[in-house]
Amino acid sequence: MSDPVATTAFDTRPDTSVPTESPLAWSYHETGCPGVSQKSRVVLRERAMLGHLILRGGAIALDEALREVLGLALPARPGGLNHDSEGVRSIQWLSPDEWLVIVPGGEAFALEQRLRNALGGAHYAIVDVSGGQTLIELEGEAARELLMKSTPYDVHPANFPVGKGVTTVFAKATAIVRRPTEDRWELVVRRSFADYCYRWLLDAGEEYGVGVEA
Amino acid sequence: MFHIYCPYCEELREEEEFHPKGQAHIARPVDPEACSDEEWGDYLFFRDNPRGIHHELWVHAVGCRKFFNITRNTVSYEILETYRMGEQPRFTAGHPEGKPAEQVAAEAEAVSRQEGVKA
Ligand SMILES: [Zn+2]
Repeated sequence: MSDPVATTAFDTRPDTSVPTESPLAWSYHETGCPGVSQKSRVVLRERAMLGHLILRGGAIALDEALREVLGLALPARPGGLNHDSEGVRSIQWLSPDEWLVIVPGGEAFALEQRLRNALGGAHYAIVDVSGGQTLIELEGEAARELLMKSTPYDVHPANFPVGKGVTTVFAKATAIVRRPTEDRWELVVRRSFADYCYRWLLDAGEEYGVGVEA
Repeated sequence: MFHIYCPYCEELREEEEFHPKGQAHIARPVDPEACSDEEWGDYLFFRDNPRGIHHELWVHAVGCRKFFNITRNTVSYEILETYRMGEQPRFTAGHPEGKPAEQVAAEAEAVSRQEGVKA
């Protein structure tokens, strides 16, 4: 009998010597990157090539596996976003049976295998979507104002505390909006929307002197 | 612009995140082969168009992407309630002011035994 792990998971990037480009590489080249200056009230940076895993299944089985493998609790409440102590690995509630895990680049395949081993015969699905989306960070005093121009979702601190994340409309496209810390916001955008969202952010952020750390 | 309460996200969300998907609570015939053409045609194509209270299927398309139900008044457009798949409405044509909570719970229990519906 074949190993269930070997038949259901494959490494999307087995050879790290092969060069890769972030979804924004072309945008940087084509649209450019306004620099960060004293006047920049918002700074944009892409966290490129992170590992993104979609977990689906029952909350109890996934929670046990995630605690064992990553030491992270599954957010049980809608909109929940949990980070590890270093703040670099996260898990976010997307729907009642779906969560998004984001880990540093290169960790996704090993994590997927360990989760599959921990989940054993449970009813679940794990999909590596690292190549399909990217994470953009917004930081600075005007970050929230920039979001207010871009999404109908209420990003006021009373409605959007630290540790929350939602999938919503962003500039007429779709994005995940997250707030990992007090002054930092994250957007998880699809690869196909990345260039459009980048150009939207530069345009909407112009009045705040938006700068890009590329 | 108005807000709709998603029973899965458990908060009010902007209308543009949602799509309507037609009449709710349409049961697929248990044995399609045994249906007459008329029964099968009714199931596939014919929908109610009431003046007043209507139960509709909606999807939180740009959000949790779950289907859920809305009871809506087609005259005033007022949304009376939203509820999860497998649950039963509190507001119906027979009870426009809303059924008591105990009755809804008892009916939901009976339906879940019948259908085994899970969200
Ligand atoms: Zn929802």
